[in-house]
Amino acid sequence: MYTLPRSLKLFSIILVILGVLGIAYGFLTTPKTVEEVKEIMAAEASHGEGHDETHAAEGHDGSHESNFVDTARGEEGYAERAIAHEKEAHEEAHGISHEEHVLHQLQTRPWSATFVAAFFFMMIALGALVFYAIQYASSAGWSPVLYRVIEGVTTYLLPGSIIVFLIVVFAGTHFYPWQDHELVAEDKILQAKSGYLNFPFFLVRAIIYILGWNLYRHFSRKNSLKLAETNDIAYHQKNFKFSVFFLVFFLATEATMAWDWFMSMTPHWYSTLFAWYIFATMFVSAITVISLTTIYLKSKGLLPFVSDRHLHDLAKFMFAFSIFWTYLWFGQFMLIWYANIPEEVTYFILRIQQYNVLFFGMLILNFVFPILMLMNSDYKRIPWFVVMAGVVILVGHYIDVFLLVMPSTVGHNWHFGIPEIAAILFFLGLFIFIVGTGLSRVSLQPKNDPYIKESENYHF
Amino acid sequence: MASKKIHAIYTDDDLLLQAVKQTRAEHYHIEEVFTPFPVHGLDSAAGVAPTRIAITSFLYGLLGLSVAVTMLNFIMIEDWPQNIGGKPSFAFYTNMPAFIPVMFEMTVFFAAHLMVVTFYMRSKIWPFKKAENPDPRTTDDRFLMAIDAENHDIDILTKFLYDTGAEEIRLIENEQEH
Repeated sequence: MYTLPRSLKLFSIILVILGVLGIAYGFLTTPKTVEEVKEIMAAEASHGEGHDETHAAEGHDGSHESNFVDTARGEEGYAERAIAHEKEAHEEAHGISHEEHVLHQLQTRPWSATFVAAFFFMMIALGALVFYAIQYASSAGWSPVLYRVIEGVTTYLLPGSIIVFLIVVFAGTHFYPWQDHELVAEDKILQAKSGYLNFPFFLVRAIIYILGWNLYRHFSRKNSLKLAETNDIAYHQKNFKFSVFFLVFFLATEATMAWDWFMSMTPHWYSTLFAWYIFATMFVSAITVISLTTIYLKSKGLLPFVSDRHLHDLAKFMFAFSIFWTYLWFGQFMLIWYANIPEEVTYFILRIQQYNVLFFGMLILNFVFPILMLMNSDYKRIPWFVVMAGVVILVGHYIDVFLLVMPSTVGHNWHFGIPEIAAILFFLGLFIFIVGTGLSRVSLQPKNDPYIKESENYHF
Repeated sequence: MASKKIHAIYTDDDLLLQAVKQTRAEHYHIEEVFTPFPVHGLDSAAGVAPTRIAITSFLYGLLGLSVAVTMLNFIMIEDWPQNIGGKPSFAFYTNMPAFIPVMFEMTVFFAAHLMVVTFYMRSKIWPFKKAENPDPRTTDDRFLMAIDAENHDIDILTKFLYDTGAEEIRLIENEQEH
C-alpha cells in the first residue's frame, strides 16, 4: 500500500499555487489595446534584443519578409518588390493592421501556454489508458503486475481532460480562426469546411471524446478492482471486451481530436498523418511516465513483484516508440518539404524560421538521445539510466506539443517565460497530487488476474 | 583436440539442461552440446560467453551510414550539383531530407548483411561445408552432450552421466581431425 508522502504532497501543492499565480500573471499582463502593442514593439525595436533579432532587423513582421528573401537569385530589388506586393495584398485582404494582429497573438499567449501544459499532462494519462487497453486486448503476459501503476497514472485523466475541454471550448478565436464569423464570411476555404468546423458540432465532439475516454477508464478500473476482490473471471472477460471496443473508439476519436484541437488552429492547412503523429507523442510520453512511476515506487520497495525484466520491457517500448514518433515526424516533414506545395509548406516554414532551435533540437531530444541511450540491452535494466532517458524524452515531447500549438497561435511573438513555466508547474503539481492519491487508494499488487502468475515469473 | 570423449544422449531438453548444470558443477569439461532446436537458457547453463554480434551490427550500421553520406554528398553536392526539380543542392544539409531514405536503408543493409556474414564466419558455416554432426538423431529428437574424458576415470564419469538421466552413453576414441 502506497501513501503519498507529506513532503511530496506539500511540494505538489506549492507547485499548484505557484502555477496559479504565474498563469494569472500571464493573463493579467497581456496588452489590452493596440497602443500598448505599439509601445512594446517600439521598445523591442530600440534595444534589439530577444530571440528574433534577425526579424527585427528585417522590419516589422519578419514572418512575411523572410519568406521572400531570395538568396539564390541574389537580386535585392526582386525580393523587395515581392514584399511590397505581398504587404499590399495582405492588408487589403484582411483589412486589419499589423498591430492588431500582434495584439491578438500577445493576448493568445497565456491561453496557449496553459493549453500546451494542460494537454501535455492529459495526454500522458490518456496514453497510459491506451497502453492499459492494449495490454488487456492483447492478453499480455508480462504486464499485469503493472496494472495498478498504470491505473494510478490514468487517475489524472478525469480532471485533466475536463481542464483541456474547458480550454478548447472557451479559447474561441484565440486558437481557432474558423470561429471568427467575419473571417469565415470572406474566406471560401473556411466556408467549405464549416460543415465540420462549426462551434456546436465542435462542442458535441469534444464532449463525446472526454465522455468515452473517462467511461472506459471508470469501468475498467472498477472491473479490475472487483476481480481482485471476488476472483470472478467474468470481470476480466468484461475488461477484455471493453478494451477492444475502447481501442476502436479511441483510434477514431483520437484522429478527430487531433483535427479539432490542433489542426484547426491553422484551418487552411491539412495533413493526413497528423493524428497518428500526435498519437505517437502521446504514447511514448505515457510509457515513459509509467516507467518513471514504476521506478519510483520500486525504489520505495513497494513493488517487490516487479523485476528488472519488466523495466527492460518498458524501456524497450520507450525506445521503439521514440523511433516510431521520429518516423511519423519525418514522414510528415519530408513529404511536405519534398513536394513544397505552398498551402502545405507554410506550416513548416513558420516553424523552421521562427522556432528553429526548438524545432530541430526536439529531434535530438526525442530521437538521437533515446536511440543511443536505450539501444544497449543492459542499460535498459539500469533504473537511473532509464530515468535519465525518460526525462529527456518528456522534455522533448513537451517541446513537441509546444511546437504544435505556439506557432499556430502566437506566431513569432513567443517567449518561454512566466506563463509557460507557471503552466508546467501548475499541471505538474496537479499531476503528482492526483496520481499520488490515485495510487494510494488500493494495494499496488493486482490480485486474481489470470495472467498475474505468468507476469510475476516473467523472464526472457 | 581431445582424443577421448564421451557422448551422452538425452531425450528431453529439461533433462539436458539439468545434466549440463550438474556436469558443470562437477567440473567436467563440456566440449559441445548438440540439440535439434534452441534450448532456452542452455548457453548460460553451459557457461558460454554472451555474443557480441549486436555490437558488430551497430558498428556495421555506422559504416553503412557513413558510406551513404559520403556517396550522396559526393554525387549530389560536390561532383555535379544540378538543379533537379528545384531541390536545393548547395550543401549537404540543405537537401538532406531527400537523402534520409537512402541513408536509412544503407544503414540497415550494412548492419544486417555484414552481421549475417560475420555470423557465418564466426560459426564456420558455408555451402558445401561438411556437416559436423556426431549423431544424425540430434537433428530430430535427441540431445547430445560431448564431454572431454581425457583425464578422467571413465567408469566414474559414466556412472555420473547415467545418474543425470542419459539415455545412451558412448566412449569415442581417436577421433579424426576434420
